[in-house]
Amino acid sequence: MKSRESKPNGFLEVSIWRGAEEGAFQHFQVPRRESQTVLDVVTYIQRHLDPTLAYRFACRVGVCGSCAMKVNGIARWTCRTHVSAVATTGPLEIAPLDHLPRLRDLVCDMGPFFEKWKQARGAFVPGAVPETGFAAIDPDSPARRQVEAGIECIGCGICYSECDTVAWRPEYLGPAALNRAWTLQNDERDGAHRKRLQAVAGDAGCHACHNQLSCNERCPKKLSPAAAIAGLKRASAVAALKGRL
Amino acid sequence: MGALSRRVKPGHPGYWAAVLQRLSGLLLALFLPAHFALLGAGLHSTEGLDEALAWTRSPLVRVAEAGLVTALALHVAGGVRLLLLEFLGWHAIQKSLFSLACGLATATGLLFALNNF
Ligand code: FES
Repeated sequence: MKSRESKPNGFLEVSIWRGAEEGAFQHFQVPRRESQTVLDVVTYIQRHLDPTLAYRFACRVGVCGSCAMKVNGIARWTCRTHVSAVATTGPLEIAPLDHLPRLRDLVCDMGPFFEKWKQARGAFVPGAVPETGFAAIDPDSPARRQVEAGIECIGCGICYSECDTVAWRPEYLGPAALNRAWTLQNDERDGAHRKRLQAVAGDAGCHACHNQLSCNERCPKKLSPAAAIAGLKRASAVAALKGRL
Repeated sequence: MGALSRRVKPGHPGYWAAVLQRLSGLLLALFLPAHFALLGAGLHSTEGLDEALAWTRSPLVRVAEAGLVTALALHVAGGVRLLLLEFLGWHAIQKSLFSLACGLATATGLLFALNNF
C-alpha cells in the first residue's frame, strides 16, 4: 500500500479527542497527501503515532456507517470526507459524535441510538400473507416511493448527533429511528402499522421535531428524515382524528 | 466535557429559519401586552389614550414599529413555509422558501417604513 501513497505535501495540524466523557484534545502532525480522507488521517495517527487511539470503521466506502465523527464541529462520514473539503488551510479537529455516551477517544456507545430504533418499532413485522402468496408492490406507487426515499439509511448516527431536539429532549427518538419507522409505515407487507404509529406519536416522537432540518442538511446519504417525520406527523394526526391511534 | 461540548453547532439555512421563527414569535408575544395596555388606556379615559398615542408618534417607537411589522411578516411567511414543509413535504426547496420569506418580510417592512416616514 505504502508505495501507492502520493508524496506528502506539508503537514496537517490535527486535534483529536482523547478520553471518554472527561478528556482533552491531543495534538498531532500528519503528513498531508492528495485525496486524503479524514479517516485516512485518523488511521495514520493510530498506525504511526499512537496505537492506543480508539476509533471505528469497517467498509471505508460509505456503506457501513461506522466511521461517523465530528470534524471541525460538524458530524460527517469520515471515510467519504476529503480533508481538502473540510480543512483547506486550517487545522482539523476530530471528536466523537454528540448525544451519545463517549466510551473512549472517538468511539461512542451507539446502544441508545439503536435502542430508539427498537422503541420506534423499527423492525419489520410480517403481516397477513396475501392470497397470491406474495405481495406485488408497484415500484411507482406513492407508498413505495416514500420507502425508496428513506431506505438507504446507513445508521451512522450523524443526524442524531446534529439534532438540537435530541439535545433538548434526550428521550426524543431522533431522525434516524423515525425515518426507519416511516419506511415501514409505507411497507404494504408490514403488519404493525397501528402499533408503530402509537410508538412514534408520543411526546418523544415525531411531534417533538421543530423542523430545524439539520438531519436533512447533514445526512451523508442526502436523505430527508425531516420529510419522513412530517409524514409521521400527518399520519398520526389523521389516525387520531379518526379515533384510530 | 469542557472543550468537547460545543453548545452551538455551525448553522445552515434551515437552522437560521428556525431561529428567526422563534425570535420573531417571541418579539410579537412581547409586543402584545404593550398593545393591550395601550387599548386599555383608551377604555379608561380619552386623555390616557391621547397620551399613549402621542408616545407612539415618537421617532424611536416608529422605527421599532417598522421592525415589528417586519417581524410579523417574517413570522407569517416563515409559518407558511413550515406549513408547506409539514403538509406538502416541500423539503427539497426549503432554502428557496426561506429566502422568499426573508424577501417578503424585508419588502413589507420597507413598504411600511416608506408609508410612515
Ligand atoms: S467506514 Fe463504512 S461508512 Fe465509513
